[in-house]
Amino acid sequence: MRLIKNKIEHDGSGTVTLCPEEPEDMWHAYNLIRPGDLLRASAIRRVTTVQDTGSTSSARVHLSLEIKVKSLDFDPHSSQLHVSGQIMNETAHTKVGQFHTLDLELNRNFTLEKKVGADGEGVGWDSIAVEMLKDAVDEGGKRRAEAVAVVMQEGLAHICFIGQFQTIMKQKVEMSVPRKRQGGGDHDKGMSKFFRVTLETLLRQMDFNTSITSGSNNEAVRPVLLASPGFVAAGFHKYIQSEASTTTPGLKRLLPSIVVVHSASGYLNSLSEVLQSPAVKTLLADTKYARETRLMDDFLDQLRKETNKATYGPREVESAVDQGAVGRGGGVLIMSNRLFRSQDVAERKRWVALVDRVRDVEGGEVRVLSSDHESGKRLEGLGGIAALLTFPVVEEELHSEDEAADAD
Amino acid sequence: MSRHRVKNVGYDDDDYEDDDGYGSPDPEEQETLQQCTAAVLEQLRAGEPSVTATKEEIQEALWHYYNDVEKSANYLRGKKEKEIKKQKAPTMQKAKGQAGLPVPGYPAPLPAISHFSAADFFRDCPWLNVPAHRKADILVEPLYPRIGLLGGAPEAGGKVSKLAALAAARKKKEGEKAAATPEAPSTPRPDSSAASSPKPPGTPLSLSERLAASKLSRPSDTNGSLRRLGKLEPSVSTPGRPEPAPGPSKPAPLPIPEPVKSEEDEPKDEPEPQQPTPNIRASPSTFASAIVGNAAGPTMAEPSHLNSNGVDLLQIYGQDHAEPFDFAAPSPDDVVLNAQNTAKGLKSKQAASKAASGQKGQADVAGGMKDLSVEEKVTVKSKNLDVLAEYNKSRRKKSANFVVIGHVDAGKSTLMGRLLADQGAIDQRTLDKYRKEAERIGKGSFALAWVLDQGSEERARGVTIDIATNKFETENTAFTIVDAPGHRDFVPNMIAGASQADFAVLVIDSSVGKFESGLKGQTKEHALLVRSMGVQKIIVAVNKMDTVQWDKERFEEIEQQISSFLTTAGFQAKNISFVPCSGVLGDNITRRSDDPQATWYTGRTLIEELETSEPYTHALDKPLRMTIGDVFRGGVQNPISISGRLDSGSLQMGDQILTLPSGETALIRSVDVDGEPSDWAVAGQNVVLNLANIDPVHLRSGDVICRASAPIKTITSFTAKVLAFEHLMPMQVDVHRGRLHVPGRISKLVASLDKASGTALKKRPKIVGPGTVARVVVEMDQAVPLEAPTRIVLRAGGATVAAGLLE
Repeated sequence: MRLIKNKIEHDGSGTVTLCPEEPEDMWHAYNLIRPGDLLRASAIRRVTTVQDTGSTSSARVHLSLEIKVKSLDFDPHSSQLHVSGQIMNETAHTKVGQFHTLDLELNRNFTLEKKVGADGEGVGWDSIAVEMLKDAVDEGGKRRAEAVAVVMQEGLAHICFIGQFQTIMKQKVEMSVPRKRQGGGDHDKGMSKFFRVTLETLLRQMDFNTSITSGSNNEAVRPVLLASPGFVAAGFHKYIQSEASTTTPGLKRLLPSIVVVHSASGYLNSLSEVLQSPAVKTLLADTKYARETRLMDDFLDQLRKETNKATYGPREVESAVDQGAVGRGGGVLIMSNRLFRSQDVAERKRWVALVDRVRDVEGGEVRVLSSDHESGKRLEGLGGIAALLTFPVVEEELHSEDEAADAD
Repeated sequence: MSRHRVKNVGYDDDDYEDDDGYGSPDPEEQETLQQCTAAVLEQLRAGEPSVTATKEEIQEALWHYYNDVEKSANYLRGKKEKEIKKQKAPTMQKAKGQAGLPVPGYPAPLPAISHFSAADFFRDCPWLNVPAHRKADILVEPLYPRIGLLGGAPEAGGKVSKLAALAAARKKKEGEKAAATPEAPSTPRPDSSAASSPKPPGTPLSLSERLAASKLSRPSDTNGSLRRLGKLEPSVSTPGRPEPAPGPSKPAPLPIPEPVKSEEDEPKDEPEPQQPTPNIRASPSTFASAIVGNAAGPTMAEPSHLNSNGVDLLQIYGQDHAEPFDFAAPSPDDVVLNAQNTAKGLKSKQAASKAASGQKGQADVAGGMKDLSVEEKVTVKSKNLDVLAEYNKSRRKKSANFVVIGHVDAGKSTLMGRLLADQGAIDQRTLDKYRKEAERIGKGSFALAWVLDQGSEERARGVTIDIATNKFETENTAFTIVDAPGHRDFVPNMIAGASQADFAVLVIDSSVGKFESGLKGQTKEHALLVRSMGVQKIIVAVNKMDTVQWDKERFEEIEQQISSFLTTAGFQAKNISFVPCSGVLGDNITRRSDDPQATWYTGRTLIEELETSEPYTHALDKPLRMTIGDVFRGGVQNPISISGRLDSGSLQMGDQILTLPSGETALIRSVDVDGEPSDWAVAGQNVVLNLANIDPVHLRSGDVICRASAPIKTITSFTAKVLAFEHLMPMQVDVHRGRLHVPGRISKLVASLDKASGTALKKRPKIVGPGTVARVVVEMDQAVPLEAPTRIVLRAGGATVAAGLLE
């Protein structure tokens, strides 16, 4: 995403003009735009005019519309963001107050204005929003590392794209492969069929051109991680090699970027294991994903040790922060960005206040994990919020709150 | 009244022999009926013009008019008068009209009865639905002899009289019952023999056609003959009944497609211009000829028929060597039909009708073809066995399934290969072949393992990947081996194997260093898994004793360590036994070791230990449940087969089953139990089901098979009481149950529980430590067929984190 214009005032109000450049930027826009914000973008609107005679004619007109955002609809698979709201500017074709849904498009600027209002009205560009904006704006394009992961087991493969901020499960290949049986050769046949279908799907998803001539343009091929328990990934690798050396020589360009790693199962929740394997770590060392995964693992380790120096759940974390346990010297507040996506302004304010407090007052570290990554999903399971503490917090007193939560 | 109605409806199907009885047990009603019948009859006779009606007719009318005598009488009178008038009208119309009417009804088989009484004849009443016509048939018959003789003359000119005379002569021969018989044959003769008349081309042609095409079904002739013969009795009982002969006309169109109709028309056209009366008489005879033709044609195929109708057939060809047929006795056809009827019950209706009329038969065939082509449904007739009774009856050998578990490279497959080889389940030739091939790729010591490791990948890598089942028998037990993989990556497969097992054989590598590493590895995990999956008995085979020179101390050390571990894992001491052995050499497997160093061991060998297993009981009377272990192509004849072990219930060939979560139904085409074809299977048996009427995409291993009447529920979340092997917190886990393997997550830790009492120790714990029993809520992304009580295993990151019981 390119930052075209930045006019954020000190009080947190102001406008920002952005230009999304790649699909993932839509995800950023999805996180930045909150209900109540003003969004200006070009739009195509069908306008129906009624003549005096009563006949109607409708025409599609290009307009620049400003809407007050009511709701957002994000489709992660196609990276499309639809923002609907009420029109705020008067044009020749529209009236104020009419509803419109803006479809944000790549390489088209949009302007986002956040206002600081009275209680419960717009929170402006708070620290989290500014942080997100920084994440969104790609400085020098150095964070572009992306990988394709194929997590597979016998008869099952998940093809997913690991991006900076989100992991998109592109396609699932499921096929019934006959098990080994006495004197049956169906298993091998089934496996090679499974490999063939998986490879076809993978190439299609990667937009990989297998013709030899396309090898001339030296476009970098993204790393491909093949992960599986047992020998399935290795078998798939071997299959690709044999395909490259026999039928489709174009595949040879793909071969160097393939990494075979181990995973515990063919399901997506073993992606974390994939990302931690040494082979992958070197590839994706500074990706956000890898950092997030490491953080979650640290946290879970701490939790396992039962030192009481790790806690999770909204109430527990807030209580720990109150006690000053999430401060300098190792205190880390881990939050899922889903919490900031809340439609409820008060809810968002609560979490932003917590983050600000930890960062500015307590001096602790704050990490906002993407809920669209595997690590974020793990965090979701824990209630979307967790904290590594600087000293053990005894949980006994929290018990009453738990009961209360139960009663809720 | 309503009751009355009901009974009368039933009466249609009743045997007409108990006419008066109605088969109804209500005497009061019967009495009323009798009285009414008498009253109506009286009215009919007294009235102007006087008419008569049969008892049935009257009773039917009465039923329609709710026992109102007046109305019934009026109705009947009206009907009879009409009939009389009709009779005067041009025969052509009638014949045609009537011909049209009965066609649909005709194919109906006559549930033939030994003698040709009106009652028998009436049996087809439900089809015809035209009781009046039926009556007419009966009543008309008596006229036949006269009509036939008279009617023949005008039709075929001078020759007819000759034929008539001939017929009369034959009639004499045939004796007393001849009255009716000659009538029919006499008429055809003019048709066929009179070359000048327009019929000959038609009739012989159709006849010969019919004769040639013996496809025309036989029973039709039964109809014909029956019909004709059946007329005898009624004719006597109600003589002088003026009626055209629709009866004979009916059979004509039925078996004969086109030609007969034309033939039928021709004769009628001719006589029409002449006097009406002769016409009436003539036409039936023509039809009769048609019948005769019918009857004759198809008869060919069956000698019995030939006998019965031979007279007619031969007469048609002007040959008179026919034997007189004793019509008092049931015709051979009828005997056959009777037998078929009684055998097939209701179905005979269909079958017989098919056979009865060529037309109908063809239509049926066409319909059947259509069904076939459109639906492609396979139907397998269920034998409707009482499977449990069959099971109790069958004296099978005691059977037991056991799973072989242990750390990777402990020698599980080799040990089992040895066991199979020594038990003769594998022939020496195959073994030699394996040995040669294994040596060729430099893995000579794996030869025995190849008995079970059939996969090419498995052989190349020397590692068992998937479970393999094999069976062998001892004198009193049939064993099924489930050889599980030891590698940690394939624990899901091992779980699938263990879920099929009654008891377990834990194989331990006794060689230095291996035992220790195994204990840390899958030895422990496997043992815990099988225990948590409900296995009670475990046999520990301390393998590779030859590599430690049958060191007794080593054995005791292992025994001590393992037994203490197994006891803590929840195995009872009496259910644990140890056998030192060597899989490669075969010592202490089926034979006692002859190694002098091994003499200290005097306990049981492995096979003896296996035989101590007690029979296991399974939930036979519970609803059917079977987890699909594998979906494969069983062969050309069985494109879709599934294998697995019946968890509960029973099934048999021809059963309709439901697979979940796909919710599709399938038909069990055949059943293999332990590799042998069987009609049924019960819980605890390893089966291969060959299915039909289902697409393979709806079948995945891990799916559950049940009956539509008692389906298993698919759920997306469940509460389970689990024993934690690792730390539990809200986390992502894989849920395993047998072959079923789905991703899910622990969404909530409800409480940690006291191991013994099961009471909650701490509500909503943040984390549950290893060894603790906890109640957790697990959610899954997709709906999965699971139901309590079932044992589940939760795994995460390649390790088993918990196992327990679904609540």
